[in-house]
Amino acid sequence: MLSIELLLEALVFGALVGCFYAAVSIGLSIAFGLLDVPHIAHAAFLVLAAYMTYLLGTYGFDPLVAALLILVPFFFLGAIVYRFYYEAFEKRGADTGVRGIAFFFGVAFMVQVFLSMTFGLDQRNVSAPYIGTSLGIGEMRIPWRLIVALCVAVGLTVGLRLYLLRTFQGRAIRAVAHDAWALRIIGADPVRTKQWAFGIATAATAIGGALLAIISPVEPSLDRVYIGRTFCVVVLAGLGSMSGTLAAGIILGVTESIVLTMFGASWAPAVAFGLLLLVLGIRPQGLFGR
Amino acid sequence: MWNHTKRDVLRGIVLGLGLVLPQTGWTQEPPIKVGTSMALSGPLAGGGRQSQLALQMWAEDVNARGGLLGRKVELVTYDDQASPAQTPGIFSKLVDLDKVNLLIAPYGTVPAAAVMPLAKERRLLLIGQIGYQVNSKAKHDMWFNNSPWSDAESWVGGYFRLGQSVGVKKVAFLASDQEFAQNILAGAKKLAQNAGLETVYEQTYPPTTVDFSSMVRAIRAASPDMVFVASYPADSTGIIRSVNEIGIGSSVKLFGGGMVGLQYASVMQALGSQLNGVVNYHTYVPEKTMAFPGIREFLERFAKRAVAANVETLGYYVAPFSYASGQILEQAVNATKSIKDDVLADYLRKNEVNTIVGPIRWGADGEWAEPRVVMIQFKDIKDGNVEQFRQEGKQIIVEPERFRTGDLTAPLSKARGR
Repeated sequence: MLSIELLLEALVFGALVGCFYAAVSIGLSIAFGLLDVPHIAHAAFLVLAAYMTYLLGTYGFDPLVAALLILVPFFFLGAIVYRFYYEAFEKRGADTGVRGIAFFFGVAFMVQVFLSMTFGLDQRNVSAPYIGTSLGIGEMRIPWRLIVALCVAVGLTVGLRLYLLRTFQGRAIRAVAHDAWALRIIGADPVRTKQWAFGIATAATAIGGALLAIISPVEPSLDRVYIGRTFCVVVLAGLGSMSGTLAAGIILGVTESIVLTMFGASWAPAVAFGLLLLVLGIRPQGLFGR
Repeated sequence: MWNHTKRDVLRGIVLGLGLVLPQTGWTQEPPIKVGTSMALSGPLAGGGRQSQLALQMWAEDVNARGGLLGRKVELVTYDDQASPAQTPGIFSKLVDLDKVNLLIAPYGTVPAAAVMPLAKERRLLLIGQIGYQVNSKAKHDMWFNNSPWSDAESWVGGYFRLGQSVGVKKVAFLASDQEFAQNILAGAKKLAQNAGLETVYEQTYPPTTVDFSSMVRAIRAASPDMVFVASYPADSTGIIRSVNEIGIGSSVKLFGGGMVGLQYASVMQALGSQLNGVVNYHTYVPEKTMAFPGIREFLERFAKRAVAANVETLGYYVAPFSYASGQILEQAVNATKSIKDDVLADYLRKNEVNTIVGPIRWGADGEWAEPRVVMIQFKDIKDGNVEQFRQEGKQIIVEPERFRTGDLTAPLSKARGR
């Protein structure tokens, strides 16, 4: 018999894990949702960022500080990768989607091989005062690392939403998603705008990667676990919606948690993806898409 | 004059070769090729790379001792990516194209099981390395496994005997939804049933599980006396971490059992003091009762080589067994003066082999006649120090009796000092 207390805990933990899902998906929400780039390497970039966080951790940096330190390098990495993708595929037009998928699949594979050769295949962990400890609220004990995930997800969502709504560059990014040619009329270069946006997306992925290292151990092939989940969150949210991504992450996390508690863990992934299919059947534009 | 000089040159070359050949010690015959495949990439690559390094060390050692039958030993290794789809093709190639003389099975259960029909059909001697019930369906009479377990009872029976010794009545099961963990889970459930234990919680989780908080909460709510976990390395870290964060409840006397990963340096270093009190299976720990001849010297050498090869530096779990797989072939070849599969198989059926993982005899099914999986309990573990795991007294053997080096501390809360 499922107690109210257990159900309440399932809701709380599901929402917290959902925040984590949102934080690791938000970069993809920009790259795939707004820019229409088939960024299959997103999860590989997450793992790369997790390893960079681990590397900085070996020099004594807190994972959250490490996340800030790798922001700029990841921004430039994203800008370079997009430029290459644009010159080699997008500019030429035809079959961009399929060839783009192949390109990013290749990038993901290269990242994985690089990590395997550089760091070996053993799992890597970071340490911080908020990993392995918990906050007690009555009978409930909530891991601090999940509370960190909540804060990071909310911070990223609010920050990116404000950036996209309130700044000229942010509005240009939203505009390029709708009509790249119209953007030229106001004197903005759509290619440079998309390059900038992809840099922002990759920088957001760097923060997600640091969070990944905080939540669980990392290994070079970990991207396989996240590739489906992150695309699921982005599509469920509605392409390009930042607050929608947070909401979709929470919906996914809560659904998984409730299903796990009531029916068993093996059902959780199937029900989560079933939910995605259901939503797409009713609202093809996603829960928060227009 | 010219012919005379040419003859002198040729004589010189022959004499030179004559001087060189005795120095290497090799006969004129070609090297003895030992073929195998390893998971050098893919999900089992952590163990596969250890295994490759250990076998390489064995080949170097045996060549330094003069090779086999005076012939140099040459390893022929392919990356099987831990894929059962790859291994039959690789082993066909090893036999038909590379013309290897001797075979060692792939590292890991699933890749090795896929080779068994080929080995049986072509009457090939196959030495196993860290596989579980690989021969249960093929029933090949030339299979000689090199793993310290035979069936689920031999693997986790010690855990349940410990549970009974501290009066356990209620058990919770948590297992990964993957073949190995499910096999172990099935065996563990049978043992629990035979012992008359009540199952108060059972959960199988998918390998993509990110956080284990929900499961640990549910276990705590079920108030078991004992928790049996069959997990893989990343899950093991997540589960132990969640237990530390959320708590498992004061009723739990025993926690662990079948957790893969708690034998690896990177995992143990990451978890540190969170490991205290956990009871888990192991194949080798540096306790005095397991000081088999040559193993400590091997592990010291392995640790140095492992750093350069970027593999697990402790190497307790897999590496000694891979090295011993080579030793099994070495002893059989030296004793029979033959490299014929049937002759070697006949020798191994009838004789005990001495290796760095101890003396080995095989049963009719090709598994160890006397399995010796040990249950260890982590004690006095500090954070962030991998070297402590090389010391005695950190991973106390609590089962079986013949290897026991300390008493079980229960319940878990007491063992963790809380």
